[in-house]
Amino acid sequence: MRSPVSDFPGGLHLPGHKSRSTQTPIYKTPISKQLILPLQQHIGEAAVPIVDVGDLVLKGQRIARAEGHVSVCLHAPTSGKIIAIEDRPIPHPSGLSAPCVIIETDGEDNWQERHPVIDFRQLSAHEIRQIVRDAGIVGLGGAGFPSFIKLNPGVHHSVDTLLINGAECEPYITCDSMLMLERADGILDGIEIMRYALNAAEVIIAIEDNKPASISAMQLALAARPELSDIDIAVIPTRYPTGGEKQLIQVVTGKEVPSNGLPIDIGIVCHNPGTAYAVARAVKYGEPLISRIVTVTGTDVKHAGNFETLFGTPISDLLSFCETKRQPDEPFIQGGPMMGYSLAGDTLPITKTANCILVGVDDVAPAKDPLPCIRCGDCADVCPASLLPQQIYWYSRAKEFDTARDYKLFDCIECGCCDYVCPSKIPLVSYFRYAKTEIMNQERERQKSDLARERHETRLERLERERLEKEQRQAQRKAALEASKKAAAKKEPAEAENTVDDQTVAEEKN
Amino acid sequence: MLTAIIAITLLALVLGVILGFASIRFKVEGDPIVDQIDKILPQTQCGQCSFAGCRPYAEAIAAGEVDINRCPPGGEATIQALADLLDVDPKPLDEDCGVEKPKMLAVIDEDRCIGCTLCIQACPVDAILGAAKHMHTVIANECTGCELCVEPCPVDCIDMVETQPDPHTWRWPDPSHVNLQRSKN
Repeated sequence: MRSPVSDFPGGLHLPGHKSRSTQTPIYKTPISKQLILPLQQHIGEAAVPIVDVGDLVLKGQRIARAEGHVSVCLHAPTSGKIIAIEDRPIPHPSGLSAPCVIIETDGEDNWQERHPVIDFRQLSAHEIRQIVRDAGIVGLGGAGFPSFIKLNPGVHHSVDTLLINGAECEPYITCDSMLMLERADGILDGIEIMRYALNAAEVIIAIEDNKPASISAMQLALAARPELSDIDIAVIPTRYPTGGEKQLIQVVTGKEVPSNGLPIDIGIVCHNPGTAYAVARAVKYGEPLISRIVTVTGTDVKHAGNFETLFGTPISDLLSFCETKRQPDEPFIQGGPMMGYSLAGDTLPITKTANCILVGVDDVAPAKDPLPCIRCGDCADVCPASLLPQQIYWYSRAKEFDTARDYKLFDCIECGCCDYVCPSKIPLVSYFRYAKTEIMNQERERQKSDLARERHETRLERLERERLEKEQRQAQRKAALEASKKAAAKKEPAEAENTVDDQTVAEEKN
Repeated sequence: MLTAIIAITLLALVLGVILGFASIRFKVEGDPIVDQIDKILPQTQCGQCSFAGCRPYAEAIAAGEVDINRCPPGGEATIQALADLLDVDPKPLDEDCGVEKPKMLAVIDEDRCIGCTLCIQACPVDAILGAAKHMHTVIANECTGCELCVEPCPVDCIDMVETQPDPHTWRWPDPSHVNLQRSKN
């Protein structure tokens, strides 16, 4: 057990509201009639379907392959029939649709043949990464970045610390702490495999001190496995957003991740306990990632708790299983109250990144129109990234995006602390999200216009070249014509002379 | 007195040589103004400004021959950026050139296309693929939405459609507009 060595700036002490969903063990959600599986449930390129409508699939069968480097595969969460591959609404703040594979389940839940690995030490790190990629594993903390990439230290780096982020600092969410409580051994299996793949010198499991049950469960599991005695558990003070990757690294190791940098730059790799568990299932049991633990909680939920839910399960099915006061098509929050976003639509599916479905928040303040910024500076005091939210807000609002960027807009982790403390109720994070997507859009447009310029210039060059070639050809033809004319003209007098000669000869003969 | 004059002169000579050397050795190629203007223009090459493409328009602006408000695809943002660059007052878009429209994409109705290659010749960025008497298609990623291919098509099979946002290119709405709408309601 180790204690935190440092601290991060800012942050908030928030009411946790976690006990509501930790009263019951993890339940398995019943299999829905239809599963809707978006081809993109991760950061990077969307997966490409390898099944056709009408195909029968088995549980765990690959239905889409990874495309490009930053991508992972997708699997059938249960057995059934592919009934459509089409655009369906996805759980995204835009409310837009994207390509999905729709499976009609048969209720049999028949597994395909699994290939467990008895001793992962027989595999190379590369083979483990391949298994993790083929198993479709992404970071289950909520961002959904393909995990196999984060299991590759790369050629220029070596990994000092593998940090398991069990902080779970956001109010209401309890899926990681319940997983640590119930499946500590599985998590340790995964950690062992990850450490082997990364060749990490030390492993630290960080847990906030408001989860004593999870801490003791992990400690017990560790104590039962003497070969893992060098794995450390760090109990860290409960303060939002200590579970932010950069914040956690600062608290646990005292090191700071550079702006625009990655934890790997300072020799640290962070993974979520849920991801570690998924890695263990994939390697030890040959099971791809087809389900996750989802916290369903909130004031309007009757049976709040954690549910092991197959991907593609309509969120409305999950909510009716938990009995909520929610009316059809009423919005709910995916994620926590601080960083989550509101979604509406009964057909939206549970995806790999859905850690929590929140219906009804305690002591919610009535929505008010924001008042002008009074420059109190409270937002800067609570910012865990040491930014100046009021300045970035100012420039984002005035659409001076370059200046907002100079104020390190992209270091903002959108934790929502500034929103929470703002006395004028300005939706600061909304402005930052707006500015970020505008800047990314400008960047895309610029690239597109550069491409258009290049293509236009190449075209002009080509037309010019063709014109010159044509002229040249014409000139050549002209020259050839003249030459042949000249030759003909030369020949004619010669022939005339010849005839004269002939005549003279003839005359002479006569 | 003499020493002082000699000393100062020598110093001036030495420093002069250093400065002269530095101005040649570390010469910074200034970004010519035409390139800077051309960078701001959206490169649709649509010719709505009455010039044969973005570059000629940029050259004309740099020469001070035309106004900066003749680019409908760029719209207000481009006019503002040009005004900032050239340090002149922004003006509303010249309506003789056209109106600001959302981004468009040319789509060929492949059933009606007769393979005449006229659109291929019209496309300023070579974004249409096809051969004589074979069906043509638009490379969506490379289409600038200039509409130059619509006019020459003899069977009228090219439609301009508004590009739809997907989750990748979707942008968060401007919160100040959202709030305005809410207070209006």
